Amino acid sequence: MLKIKNLHANIDGKSILKGINLEINPGEVHAIMGPNGAGKSTLASIIAGKEDYEVTEGNITLENEDIEELAAEERAHKGVFLSFQYPVEIPGVSVTNFIKTAINETRKAKGLENMPANVMLKMIKEKAELLEIDRKFLSRSLNEGFSGGEKKRNEIFQMAMLEPKLAILDETDSGLDIDALRIVSNGVNKLKSKDNAVVVITHYQRLLDYIVPDFVHVLMDGKIVKSGDASLALELEKKGYDWIKEEVNA
Amino acid sequence: MDLKDKLVTSFLAFENQVDVDSKIHDIRTEAFKTFETEGFPTKKDENWKYTSLKSVLKHDYSIFPKHENALEYSDVKKYFLHDIDTYKVVFIDGKYSSHLSQTTHDGIDVCLMSSALNKPKYKLIIDNYFNKIAPKNSVNALNTAFSKEGAYIHIPKNKVVEKPIQIVHFSTGNEAATMLQPRNLIVVDENSHVQIIERHQSLTNNPVLTNSVTEIFANKRAIVDYYKIQNDNQEASLIDSTYVNQKRESLASVHTFTFGGKLTRNNLNFYQNGEHLDSTMKGITIIGDKQHVDHNTLVHHIEPNCESHQDYKGIYNDSSTGVFNGKVLVEKDAQKTNAFQANNNILTSDKATINTKPQLEIFADDVKCSHGCTIGQLDESALFYMKQRGIPEKEAKGLLMYAFSNNVLSSVKIPELKQRITKLIATKLGVDIGFDL
Repeated sequence: MLKIKNLHANIDGKSILKGINLEINPGEVHAIMGPNGAGKSTLASIIAGKEDYEVTEGNITLENEDIEELAAEERAHKGVFLSFQYPVEIPGVSVTNFIKTAINETRKAKGLENMPANVMLKMIKEKAELLEIDRKFLSRSLNEGFSGGEKKRNEIFQMAMLEPKLAILDETDSGLDIDALRIVSNGVNKLKSKDNAVVVITHYQRLLDYIVPDFVHVLMDGKIVKSGDASLALELEKKGYDWIKEEVNA
Repeated sequence: MDLKDKLVTSFLAFENQVDVDSKIHDIRTEAFKTFETEGFPTKKDENWKYTSLKSVLKHDYSIFPKHENALEYSDVKKYFLHDIDTYKVVFIDGKYSSHLSQTTHDGIDVCLMSSALNKPKYKLIIDNYFNKIAPKNSVNALNTAFSKEGAYIHIPKNKVVEKPIQIVHFSTGNEAATMLQPRNLIVVDENSHVQIIERHQSLTNNPVLTNSVTEIFANKRAIVDYYKIQNDNQEASLIDSTYVNQKRESLASVHTFTFGGKLTRNNLNFYQNGEHLDSTMKGITIIGDKQHVDHNTLVHHIEPNCESHQDYKGIYNDSSTGVFNGKVLVEKDAQKTNAFQANNNILTSDKATINTKPQLEIFADDVKCSHGCTIGQLDESALFYMKQRGIPEKEAKGLLMYAFSNNVLSSVKIPELKQRITKLIATKLGVDIGFDL
């Protein structure tokens, strides 16, 4: 589904990604771990189409189509979803109106009519229940004054509504208490299918107890330096990253 | 001959044909002297520092239209709020159009300034209210000198006027260039309520300069809501001066929606002559190209225990320029005043300009006054967030700008008008906002 080949990227002339190779197939869950500043969020932003970065080498294909020239919204229409580490507050636009607009714009891009209001309402109700979101919450301004946990639940709610092919969860576990973590992971697990894929970016093993990855990759200094199965995450939790650094340097 | 000279000549002709013996004649003559001495304001005038009238004064305006012009309702229907029942006072090139109007004398007077100035039965109101609060500056003086036509609205006490009143001034462009000087008087007596919508609309691209003066009196416990729709075409300029005098416990609001016009200057003053009253002035400005808008406001807190709320939002595109000059004057006796002022602006282009100048002069010591001005661009991180969810850039920008101006609309009390303004905003922002408003 997603193929990243030898990806190099800069921001303001500073090299952040230094040759990433990654292949993600439908039905898979990948975890990307690594120390601060390794380039994890950069990788997520570049896949989603943020324009601040300059790709200097390599390419990204989604279902065999090069997506480098596509705008962020066009990638979204093709099924890329990024759950933001810091969701943005948008005063004056309610959660419901925002998601309605997002869904109908996506449908418009695909040449479909707007989703009928009753279907939309039913879907909103269903997905809100899945994420244990109160109905009153839906009429509030998007992310404005939301707690950390509310913001993350709202991200996964939007993911549930948009049904992406590729969902990238950027530190969705940060700022979550144990109950919110359970609700969010449960939501993600319910949305998983053989046709879509999930990339979980995290510092900690904790989230991976709930969302069990098929593959774990360690990103360090702009490169994937080690890949393994779920047991790698446990090992990292126990031993930290220093041993991998030594391995790489050796 | 420049415009001022032309006005001098025209005035001599005008004054000979009207009521030489009446008191109004003296007021006109006196006002004309003021204009003759001062002339049009220039950028040297502190109050006009950011707005030059030069480009609009250069046309050879016809001061009195030579022809009587008629319009068919079907051709101009779209400029009215037509989905609800309203009173209408309509003018075509400065002349009253009985065909398009719907006036009344049934318990309230919704009619013409020309009748009010001439008929004895309105004399008392005219003597008490006409030209009483408009400051004697040169543009007001010019209007007073030529004041002949406009809307006259008198709501006696204890009347709740159910239907909104629309005051619409059309210019047909049948002259190469037209200057209009409408004069409105609105007197709302004790406990009465009224809602008024005002619009100036030019129907061609021939230059129009409108110098309009409106005096509004909200007497004890009156409620007056006034809405101005300024969405005129590229060659139409407007100097709108509106003065509101409030008595105790009255509530008065003026909403100004500025989406068009070449040059628009809004002078808006509130005078609080009573306790426990509330003044609201709100505005949304969305302009582009080389359009220019100048909002010049004053709230004069004279008595204690009153409130004022000012909230102006501006979105400036292309090479447009905006001015917000908001003065709040709190007199020594006006203790326990609550005065709020906000002016927030978004510049979407490097060539757009806004000059914002809050002025607070406070002589009382027990007051709450706040003001805030912001000038910014659209939040890039919010745009990326929205695009990531599949909302294209143009729609995302529109949605952000809609959200930005949204809270000004919440105080619009006529639902159909609110809907209309919302649509105008969406059109202006070039988006089809994908949800129910």
